[in-house]
Amino acid sequence: MNDEQFAALRAAAADGIDTGWLTATSDGDGFDLEVPDATYHGLTERELREAARRHREYVTEWYFWAELAPDAPDRRAFLQWLEAGDDQTVAERRDRLTDGVVREWGQLRIRVQTVEVGRRAYEVRHVDDADERVEGLDVHTDPLDARDIAKSDDDGRYRPLSTAPTLQSGWVFVDLTPAEVVRTVDTFYPATIANWHREREGELDVSHWRETMARQTGIYGVVETWDRGEGHDHVEWVAEACCADSQCLKRREWQYDGDTDLDADGGDGVFPCREPCSLVVSAARRWTRLEGEQPQTYEFELTPSEKEQVEAIVDAVADGRVDEIREGDFRDGANRWRARYLRAKRMPDGDLCGVETERDDED
Amino acid sequence: METALVIAAHGSHLNPGSSAPAFAHADRIRATGAFDEVREAFWKEAPAFREVLRTLTADEVYVVPLFISEGYFTEEVIPRELRLEEWDIDAWDSDGTSANHATFTASDVDARIHYCGPVGTHDHMSDVIVQRAASVTDDPDVGEGVGLAVVGHGTKRNENSAKAIEYHADRIRGRGRFAEVQALFMDEDPEIDDVTDHFASDDVVVVPLFIADGYHTQEDIPEDMGLTDDPQSGWETPATVGGKHIWYAGAVGTEPLLADVILERASDAGASVPAEGLDGTPPMEDAA
Repeated sequence: MNDEQFAALRAAAADGIDTGWLTATSDGDGFDLEVPDATYHGLTERELREAARRHREYVTEWYFWAELAPDAPDRRAFLQWLEAGDDQTVAERRDRLTDGVVREWGQLRIRVQTVEVGRRAYEVRHVDDADERVEGLDVHTDPLDARDIAKSDDDGRYRPLSTAPTLQSGWVFVDLTPAEVVRTVDTFYPATIANWHREREGELDVSHWRETMARQTGIYGVVETWDRGEGHDHVEWVAEACCADSQCLKRREWQYDGDTDLDADGGDGVFPCREPCSLVVSAARRWTRLEGEQPQTYEFELTPSEKEQVEAIVDAVADGRVDEIREGDFRDGANRWRARYLRAKRMPDGDLCGVETERDDED
Repeated sequence: METALVIAAHGSHLNPGSSAPAFAHADRIRATGAFDEVREAFWKEAPAFREVLRTLTADEVYVVPLFISEGYFTEEVIPRELRLEEWDIDAWDSDGTSANHATFTASDVDARIHYCGPVGTHDHMSDVIVQRAASVTDDPDVGEGVGLAVVGHGTKRNENSAKAIEYHADRIRGRGRFAEVQALFMDEDPEIDDVTDHFASDDVVVVPLFIADGYHTQEDIPEDMGLTDDPQSGWETPATVGGKHIWYAGAVGTEPLLADVILERASDAGASVPAEGLDGTPPMEDAA
């Protein structure tokens, strides 16, 4: 315990401190101090200093939360969550923090460790880099660097959805303060801490599909017309397509409306999704137009394997597996040569099996 | 009392560079320390307008739209998404280019929200356009014998879109610095396609009043003006079109001086900001 920590304790005692494991007060008769294993009454300042030194693990712990951690409730709750464990006592937590505690938030691996008494240092890296040495990663200390990292995936492609599971790896943020680790996480995954905290407090303001679409105007106003009172299968398909964990790490909490839950899996993410995002709204606008079309009956002639190949190609694209299919793996229907052969045979003029597309709305 | 600045920009699902001006200006303003928090927010990216306010701890929040004109986004989308339930367009009492600021509460946070007019219609934007002309010609005194085209998107759906462009063209013309000043548009008359028809000067600087570089500023406009047949491979600066030299600048929103306009918007709404702007110089005064 240093002078600064003691001075803060003495000053705060005047207003009263009560953390559950440390209480301190002062009045005309001196200072009272209580920690789990001891109680003192009527201490002089010198006696308070001696007692505080004796129980410094409590005083330094109090100091961290009182003076170093941000005082916004959501940020504090997040920092507490980062170091939460099964331990019941300050001493157990201190021991754990000395070794370092790791938690995952989306694809972020966040480590908190006590570096000197009462001070924590935080490190953030990609979950896939858990075993990498810091020297092997690009080292950052400015939380705002996360903006650039989050912009593109490992292949350099733009990530318009910040919570897509495509965060690039190969970087580490080191020696962050409590405020900086919050800022870093909130830059990678904006507003996830605030919404996670609101959910824990029972105050998450979920905006379901119908109310979110009803709110849209301009070019997105049309999406509301997709809800024609004929059920909500279309929203099930949207949620399955866009909101599965393979596409977004938020846990979908919005439903069709307040009375109608969706069967689609909302995912297991630690932080919630409180309304259809701008990408979902934008995709829904496209589907609203496409789904206004009436089905036609077409007749195609395909071999059984060709039919399965068409299905395999749709699966490969939908699962983002195209890049993984080996050049020489001709058993895979979505193999490029297999697809090119199918195109040469069945789509020589672009139309599948030479069958022209029929449109009601064609001029 | 803690203060925050929110720079509210469009963003994009397709163009990774769309957010770059918002980031760059936010960084310049952060460096001044004028606000406890500076946050970028987007219509198409995260944090969404809908959720940005809850990421702040400030009591007083200044929201400055990084948009060119008053219209759909500033009057409808941003107030709605920020949950400024009391918002009414009359609160700005604007003639289409004179929105200043108005103060509201948002229904999901406790802070006071000072909602400012867009950067594009602030008077100081005229200085940014002139500065842009100076940077593209590498001549701090550019103007004599030179024509200036201020280019906007223009849209028949929103008359304020053209008003913002004409407003600055008129102001800059009034200063007498350039031989000629014209407002030109992509989607309405007078059109950018005929840029050389609108100027007698041999040298014409073209400054697009757009926030971010993207399809319009990097492909549409250069091609429409005849700077190049293949925008992907770039163009000369200046390029020769119809016997005139066309100095084409990228989107004015990328000009560093624009951060000053954001600060002034917040300052007009009561924020305490550095008196002399980011570069230490007071804004240019209009000719009397």
